[in-house]
Amino acid sequence: MATALVLIPLLPMLSAALLMIFGRRLPQQLVAIIGAGAVALSALCVLSIAQPFLATHQALQVQLWSWMQIGDFSPNFSFYVDGLTLVMMSIITGVGFLIHLYSTEFMQQDDSFSRYFAYLNLFIAAMLILVMADNLLLLYLGWEGVGLCSYLLVGFWYRDPANGAAARKAFIVTRVGDTAMALGLLLLYTELGTLEIQPLMTAANIHWVEGDGLAIVATALLLGGALGKSAQIPLHTWLPDAMAGPTPVSALIHAATMVTAGVYLIARTHELFLLAPPTLIAVALIGLLTALMAAFSALVQQDIKRILAYSTISQIGYMFLGLGVGAWGASVFHLMTHAFFKALLFLAAGAVIHCLHHEHNIFRMGGLRTRLPVVFWSFLIGAAALAALPLTSGFFSKDAILLAAWQAPGIGPLLWLGGLLGALLTAFYSFRLVFIVFFGELQTSPDKQPGWRMALPLALLCLLSLAGGWIGIPVREVFPPQEEQHAGFLVHVISIGIPLLGVWLAYAVYISKQISFQDAAASPRGRRWSQLWLAGWRFDDFYSWLLVRPYQTIARFLRNEPVDRFYDFIAAISLQFNHLLSNLQNGRLRWYATSMIMGLILMLILGMEGAT
Amino acid sequence: MAGLQIPLDHVLLLATLLFACGLAGLMSRRNIIFMLLSLEVMLNAAALAFVAAGAHWGQADGQVIFMLILAVAAAEVSVGLGLVLQVQRRLKSLDMDGADRMRG
Amino acid sequence: MMLWLLIVLLLVGGAFAWLAERRDPNAPRWISLGAIALALFYFLASIANFSSGQLQLVPDASQASTWLMHYRVDWIPRFGIHFELALDGLSLVMVALTLILGGVAVVSSWDEIDYRPGFFHANLLWTLAGVLGVFMALDLFLFFVFWEVMLVPMYLLIAIWGHEQKAYAAMKFFLFTQISGLLMLLAILSLAYMHHSATGEASFSYFDLLGTRTTGTAGFWIMLGFFIAFTVKLPAFPFHTWLPDAHTQAPTAGSVILAGILLKTGAYGLIRFTLPLFPEQSAAFAPVAMTLGITGIIYGAVLAFAQTDFKRLVAYSSVSHMGFVILGIYAWNSLALQGAVMQMLAHGLSTAALFMTAGALQHRLHTRDMRLMGGLWNDMPRMAATAMFFAIASLGLPGMGNFIAEFLVLLGLFEVSPLAAALAALGLISAAIYALIMMQRTFLGSDAETDRQLFDYGPREMSTMAVMMIGLLWLGIYPQAVFDLTQPVLDSLSSFVADAGARP
Repeated sequence: MATALVLIPLLPMLSAALLMIFGRRLPQQLVAIIGAGAVALSALCVLSIAQPFLATHQALQVQLWSWMQIGDFSPNFSFYVDGLTLVMMSIITGVGFLIHLYSTEFMQQDDSFSRYFAYLNLFIAAMLILVMADNLLLLYLGWEGVGLCSYLLVGFWYRDPANGAAARKAFIVTRVGDTAMALGLLLLYTELGTLEIQPLMTAANIHWVEGDGLAIVATALLLGGALGKSAQIPLHTWLPDAMAGPTPVSALIHAATMVTAGVYLIARTHELFLLAPPTLIAVALIGLLTALMAAFSALVQQDIKRILAYSTISQIGYMFLGLGVGAWGASVFHLMTHAFFKALLFLAAGAVIHCLHHEHNIFRMGGLRTRLPVVFWSFLIGAAALAALPLTSGFFSKDAILLAAWQAPGIGPLLWLGGLLGALLTAFYSFRLVFIVFFGELQTSPDKQPGWRMALPLALLCLLSLAGGWIGIPVREVFPPQEEQHAGFLVHVISIGIPLLGVWLAYAVYISKQISFQDAAASPRGRRWSQLWLAGWRFDDFYSWLLVRPYQTIARFLRNEPVDRFYDFIAAISLQFNHLLSNLQNGRLRWYATSMIMGLILMLILGMEGAT
Repeated sequence: MAGLQIPLDHVLLLATLLFACGLAGLMSRRNIIFMLLSLEVMLNAAALAFVAAGAHWGQADGQVIFMLILAVAAAEVSVGLGLVLQVQRRLKSLDMDGADRMRG
Repeated sequence: MMLWLLIVLLLVGGAFAWLAERRDPNAPRWISLGAIALALFYFLASIANFSSGQLQLVPDASQASTWLMHYRVDWIPRFGIHFELALDGLSLVMVALTLILGGVAVVSSWDEIDYRPGFFHANLLWTLAGVLGVFMALDLFLFFVFWEVMLVPMYLLIAIWGHEQKAYAAMKFFLFTQISGLLMLLAILSLAYMHHSATGEASFSYFDLLGTRTTGTAGFWIMLGFFIAFTVKLPAFPFHTWLPDAHTQAPTAGSVILAGILLKTGAYGLIRFTLPLFPEQSAAFAPVAMTLGITGIIYGAVLAFAQTDFKRLVAYSSVSHMGFVILGIYAWNSLALQGAVMQMLAHGLSTAALFMTAGALQHRLHTRDMRLMGGLWNDMPRMAATAMFFAIASLGLPGMGNFIAEFLVLLGLFEVSPLAAALAALGLISAAIYALIMMQRTFLGSDAETDRQLFDYGPREMSTMAVMMIGLLWLGIYPQAVFDLTQPVLDSLSSFVADAGARP
């Protein structure tokens, strides 16, 4: 068991190393087998430990070696696996494997095939370390590791400087959050004397009471890390740009796994957050705000991947909302279903892009329903799950979150209402996408069909998106018991009806053309709003004005080393003295003789003065 | 001898005057030959003071030093004239203000 | 082991390299590589006998009794000056770093130096000999001598084999280090004088002077003399301005040695001398030193971002990284100190590798200007991948030594001053900015020219790079090996300071 546990992150790690060192000399076929095979084996290992785990529900712990030991500070390289970890590991290796398989076809034409798989495997390894870590420092190692892989993969096609800029933005913006998180780690260690997660929770419950100031600061700092990684306001701006990477990367990193790391972190340390109610309220509010703002942005985007990116931000907002109201299980459940249907959507979008000569603009697509049937059905199922239509996986999870929000004390109903608005928007924009891309007239004709390596993952993910709602996740032991959910019949009806309403609206606008937003959108105010949403509420401009440009200005001002001016000044003074003194040495014999005599006389006078 | 004695003060005054003349010449003349002449005058002034002082105290030391000064003056003249020749050859002039290649 | 033999080996090796130049221009390279390899082998063979549990072999060398080896003969007995060398865990890791990076420097200059290779390698080895002396000397006068020994050959390395502005850079380097060295000499002499007037015994020995309690203004000024000498070398803001020029203009091997080893002598001096000799004054001075450290971190990072010259960028990143060292030292608890030592090692490796990259780029493109680069990943994937590795090491990615170092420094600092830790943590963000922009401008992006013929790293370069990569990963994944060596030393030093602090 322990061996299998160690092999889970080790296999992708070894494969990554192998591909990095020898990848360019290996034939493409072998690279694909190594890259996807390592993840498949790793997924099998997860299965092999899942089986006994589900029988006993006994958390596993494996210590590999002592990382360092300085006084009391002794983090280890050790893994801790409980229900929550298992869910994450299954998603990472399972969905990860499907995406690897898909990539073997999607990236076939690329020169840097082996580099791609090396990065992708490295990512899987880092992400596994993140979720399996039993202490926060090791978690941080995985946390930064996935950030690095995200950077490398977003900027994978490095020849276009725009991709490089997007990759840098992704890394630096998340790094801002990571730094906050690092400070949180420092605070937790200094106050509680350990970074191992389980003892840390115990210690926190002993040392801090609910509402303790330090607990609030510590959780706020951890939240900072989560906001960066999970692309929540105010650190969400990197995710839409991160779509510059290959589409399977967006599916794996920027939809299914890495961006949900923040949710995982909060769920993992939920006992800390329970000690800090103000932080929890902040989590809920940030989640709701992000969900709504991103949903509005998704309404008007034209790039198929950007729509999905904003919808990812928005869905993670729902997860944060769920975390904020204490629905830990529901959030993790939504994390899982989201991983299924969003990966499906991205892969389907990738197939569209792949078959349409890298076309991203949805208005240059259309009528693909009959031309790409596999992709169409995948996309439709994904969109239905995203819109939370009844009986799809997204329905169960989102419903659970909304119900929990409804029952939250205080601002609960408000959160619920906001969540409903978001659900309406979600249903609208996801079916807007479906109707524009797959219905109507054919705009661009696809020149190829996805092969089996792309179709198979799509089909499996379709299955999971549809049936994922019936998977029971084994997190009962991890989270505190939830009180029985009992909401009125009306609440249920509304949460079922709202998505349907959204779909109908989209149908009415884009297919039957019964409703038209043309006038509203053409009016000055309408245009202003849609411009604002298109630009993602102008967060980028704001940060550019607030941070980027001042930083550049300061850098430009300092470039030539102002401190050196001080030393130059000293040098200039020395030089002046040099000039002054060298003037005395003018080469004239008479001047020397005269100054000698004068000096002699001066000395005589001084000597006499001294004598008397 | 006793009647003809010149007071020491007078001799020293003469020596001082000579020395001052030499010094003034050294500082004001640009021609190297005149500078050498001025140096000779200064040397002789010093020698005169030594001789007078030796006579005053009846000691031979003054005259010994005078002999020494004679030797030094001879050596100085020989080196000095060599320099004069070199200066003349290099600069085509005896103006010492022109010989300032060692200025800082 | 004969400690002096290490130094003599390098000195003699240098002389031989110089003499061999006339026979065969290739000979000096092999001779110096051989000398360093021999020294390294000798060193490793003799320390292999010790395990971490045996760190008390020379218990009478001092009350601290963390010394592995000790060697002492009279030199100028009249003034109590001895030729006294000793090795403890801290010196051990620094000596190991010196010898490894020395070898790397020789290899990195292999096909770069054509003009007078013998004299070049002689200077290289003499500098290394001086550095070894600095790391092992326990007599303050001897320490000063070695301090000067490493300076002069380094000056020559920059002044003779440097790039376009070598004269300016070499002179600046010399003046900064020399003036600060004179301050240190004054401080050493005053300290010895105070010791003499207190005990009536003339001595420059570290152990004797450790017992000298300096108080009042005089003590403060003497401390300041040491502090400035070491922080100029480190360098800390605002004494850092010699560094970008010297690094940029020095030949590759010079930059490798400067950044990898010479800067560490400053940090070593602070740990070994300034704080233990002047505990009270240093405690009082700590806020100033920390402010300098934080300023250095942020200032260095911002300026690194602003540079267009590859080497200057790396040089400023050193200023930023050394800020962490000074913070770690002045936080003065075992976490932060371990962090500082780890930063010395990890920065030594990562920056040396980046300077080698710069040298390789200059060798191939004849420029260091990043505006003329871009898209080099295409032409030289191996070089680009290694550069990426070291760039992300230098931005402090977990799994590599630099992260361990920075995290430990911050962790130790947080106990002392959370605000300082928070400000220093900003360095983590700005480090990401400059490291990534460096990669973008050189290796990523579009091809600036398409018809250039560039050759990628060969086996020689790749093997040196591999040594440093493995080293960094090892430091990041199993740093305990180093901590075990340095822990007793740092514990005894900090307990010494704690004792002094407790004394009224």
